[in-house]
Amino acid sequence: MTSPPEESNSSAQPPAGGGAPGGVVGVLALQGAVAPHLAALAELGVDPVEVRTTEALAAVDRLVIPGGESTTLDHLLRTEGLREPLRQRALDRSLALFGTCAGAILLGRDREDERPRRLGVVDVTVDRNAYGRQMDSFIGPIEAEGALGAEPLEGVFIRAPRFRDAGEGIEVLARRGGEAVALRQARTILCTFHPELSSDRRLHRLFLDL
Amino acid sequence: MTKIENARDAHWIRDEAAREIHRKNIGLAEMLCGGVIMDVTDAEQARIAQDAGAVAVMALERVPSDIRKEGGIARMSPVEIVEEIQQAVTIPVMAKCRIGHFAEARILQQLAVDFIDESEVLTPADHAYHIDKRAFEVPFVCGATCLAEALRRIGEGAAMIRTKGEAGTGDIVEGVRHLREITREIRSLTKVPHEELMTVAKEMGAPYEMVELVASTGRLPVPNFAAGGIATPADAALVRALGAEAVFVGSGIFKSENPEGTARAIVRATTHWEDAATLVEVSRGLGSAMAGLDTAAMPASERLADRGW
Repeated sequence: MTSPPEESNSSAQPPAGGGAPGGVVGVLALQGAVAPHLAALAELGVDPVEVRTTEALAAVDRLVIPGGESTTLDHLLRTEGLREPLRQRALDRSLALFGTCAGAILLGRDREDERPRRLGVVDVTVDRNAYGRQMDSFIGPIEAEGALGAEPLEGVFIRAPRFRDAGEGIEVLARRGGEAVALRQARTILCTFHPELSSDRRLHRLFLDL
Repeated sequence: MTKIENARDAHWIRDEAAREIHRKNIGLAEMLCGGVIMDVTDAEQARIAQDAGAVAVMALERVPSDIRKEGGIARMSPVEIVEEIQQAVTIPVMAKCRIGHFAEARILQQLAVDFIDESEVLTPADHAYHIDKRAFEVPFVCGATCLAEALRRIGEGAAMIRTKGEAGTGDIVEGVRHLREITREIRSLTKVPHEELMTVAKEMGAPYEMVELVASTGRLPVPNFAAGGIATPADAALVRALGAEAVFVGSGIFKSENPEGTARAIVRATTHWEDAATLVEVSRGLGSAMAGLDTAAMPASERLADRGW
């Protein structure tokens, strides 16, 4: 017989008020896995806003850049005039950021050799689509560390990128086979997998505490 | 009934390895949400699509309007064309195979395309059976005109559903009909008492577990996209407003007067479907859309949406 669906975070304590424990939380909603991030944040008692315009960007204190297609997201960030304001606010640290998969690619170190152009917010090189095509996508356990605690996490890796050459002062939050798959630098968290597609909310909670 | 935490975690598949494959494939469908998937017939079109902001490209031999015009048997795209397109772009590459043609699907899986569309746009290869999509690791998308058809395809292993619409016509009326139909049926299913669900499933001709899941969650267990007849930014905004999570555009781009401009405009309209000012901006200066065919005047034998079982 099938087992009942996994219990997920039934003991989680949503921030009081259901409103804004860390200010206004947004999800960049140009393209990609927006709805799963909105749902994950709602589970934590947050009422997130969708960000598609410069006005909406100016009004948020925290922003998730979801998975999607990095080439498409880069195209739309430019078309909508969001790229520069986003980069400025990330660099002056007035915006806490959480980039998953395509979001992590965009926030990585700038480079000339691979599209799309990166925002250069976190000092790490992120290789796009580094495991291969969809047939090489996988789900597997990853080891949490540091601020994420010791319990392993589930990693959903979809046409995922890989980190390399992380700079000084970058904290590793999770690894798979010794290789970093989640990182934190200053007010930005990057991960190469999709925590929004799993039931574990530790990374989203950490993002709300940045 | 057990509480369902996540309608899209493929929990209805018992074998763990198969479930994980299905989950990662639904995950890729989630990544394409809010985007535009464009039909392309060669590498040059694929590059234009990627530069215009397409979230994926669909490789096929002829776009649907040419299939209609030229007739003959429409098959999977030639292998060299698929490979050329895979070389040309970094975004996911999808390809179509004929309904029931699992050998074409095996070839496309071997080529490592990112998604296979088991499509009514091509000439069906089987008069009664669709591909057993759970026997594959590569994800599949299938067309549907109603909820029962969608749930049969998901039961077979499809990781994404799209409306059939009427491909190659530039006429949005059938796509709208299918979207509204699926939405209406989901809505009414959520009000059916649990003890009636088995009879409802019997009457629908849909797998019971899927019917029960939709009744309890009020949504399809995989992303639901729109396809068939989308030719303008306004068409894209319309189907998004009706609940489509993303948009497929076939003949609408490369059969328009200005393919590049039309592609860019449809991409922005898909993101900003709620914002009329942006829709005005993107609709300006596009030249004429594809000419199109009125589906109401079309004989039943030419309707592609009737293909599939």
